[in-house]
Amino acid sequence: MIRARSLAKRYGERRVFAGVDVDLDRGGLLLVTGPNGSGKTTLLRVLAGLAAPSGGELQLPLRETIGFLGHEPLVYRELTPLENLTLFGRLYRVPERGERIGMLLERFGLWEVRHDRVSTFSRGMQQRLGLCRVLLHEPSLLLLDEPSNALDADGLDLLQGVLEDRSRAVAVATHEPQRFESLATGRLAFA
Amino acid sequence: MTYLSDVGALARKDLLLELRAKETLPAMLVFVVATLTIFHFALPHGTSHVAALGLLWVALLFTALLGLTRAFVAEREQGLFDALVLAPSDRSAIWLGKSLAVLAFLVAAEVVALPAFAIFFSGVDGRTVVAVALADVGISTVGTLLGAMAVAGRARELLLPLLFLPLAVPIVVGGVGASAGAGGRYLLFLAFYDAVFGLLSWAAFDYVVAET
Repeated sequence: MIRARSLAKRYGERRVFAGVDVDLDRGGLLLVTGPNGSGKTTLLRVLAGLAAPSGGELQLPLRETIGFLGHEPLVYRELTPLENLTLFGRLYRVPERGERIGMLLERFGLWEVRHDRVSTFSRGMQQRLGLCRVLLHEPSLLLLDEPSNALDADGLDLLQGVLEDRSRAVAVATHEPQRFESLATGRLAFA
Repeated sequence: MTYLSDVGALARKDLLLELRAKETLPAMLVFVVATLTIFHFALPHGTSHVAALGLLWVALLFTALLGLTRAFVAEREQGLFDALVLAPSDRSAIWLGKSLAVLAFLVAAEVVALPAFAIFFSGVDGRTVVAVALADVGISTVGTLLGAMAVAGRARELLLPLLFLPLAVPIVVGGVGASAGAGGRYLLFLAFYDAVFGLLSWAAFDYVVAET
C-alpha cells in the first residue's frame, strides 16, 4: 500500500527528516513516535500526498483511498455533523451516503446531536466527528495524527475498534505509543 | 454533472457558513457604506460625476478585498484544505464553489452600495451596473485564487492585497471607462479579462493547493 525508500523532507535549509523507509500493507499498523516537532505530522502529510517529499522514493495509493485525520478534526465548526458528513460524502463519492452517515453517527455516539453545530461540541466530540469523516468513504489507508487527542474512555474504545479492524492499513503518529503498542505491526521512531 | 454538483455543494456550504457566522457580509456592508459616506464629505461640491464614479470603483474594490481576506478563514483556521484536496473530486471545484460564494457576497454588498452611491452622489446608469457585474466575476475568480495562495503564506494579510491590487488594475480601468461613458469597448475589455483570468485561475488552482 505504501512503499517509501530513503524518504526525506526539508523546508528550506531545515531538515525535517531523512532516510525514512516505510512498508505498510493492508492489515498493518505503523506506529510513528517521537517528541513534539520531530517530524511525525510532516511524515503523515507526505504519506497522504499533501506534501511532496524532498528526496527518496514514494509509492502511494490513489488519494480517494486515503483517510487523513490531522491535529484538527477537519470539519466545519459552523455546520452540523450531518451537514459536514453530507458535504464530504458527496465530495468523496460515498455510495448510499445517508445510510453510511447514519451508521457512523450512531456508532460514534453523535446521532442525537446530528443537527447541532459542531462549534457547540466539546473537543472530544469534535474528534469523534473527525473519525466519522475519516471513515466515511471506507478508506483502505488511514493516516491518523494523534487520534486519541481529547477522547474520553468511550471514545478511546471506539478508536481502539477502528484500529483493530485489519481490513485496512493504518499509520498512527503519537507521542503516547504505549496506548497503541499492542496493535502495532511496525514502528518508526523519530528523535 | 458531478463536477457541477460538487461546485454547488461547496458554494452552498460557504453561503450556509456565512448565514450562520454573519462575519463577512455585514463587515462588507458597513465598510462600503462608511467609505461612500467618507467620500461624500471628502469630495468638494461641484466635483464631476466621473470623479465620483472613480471613487465608487475604489470603494467596491476595497470592499471586495475585505471579503476576499475572509474567504478562506474556515479552511485556514481548521486546516480543512487537507480534507478538501484529498477528495477525489476535481480540485478546481473548490475554487469555483468559493468564487461563486464570493460573487454572491459582492453582489449583496453592491445591492446596498449602488443605491447608497445614488443618494450620496448621483444615480448609476445601466452601463455601470453591467460593468460592476462583469467586474464582480473577475474579482471573485482571480481574488479567490489569490486568497488560496495567500492562505499558505505566513504574512497572508499582507500578501493578498499585494497580489490582488495589481491584478485588479485592469478591472478599475475597464469599470471606470465603462461608467464614464466610453461604453462598449470597456465592457468587452472586462468580459475579456473575466474569460482570460477566469480560465487561468481555474487551471492554476490545482498547483496552488499542492504543497511542495
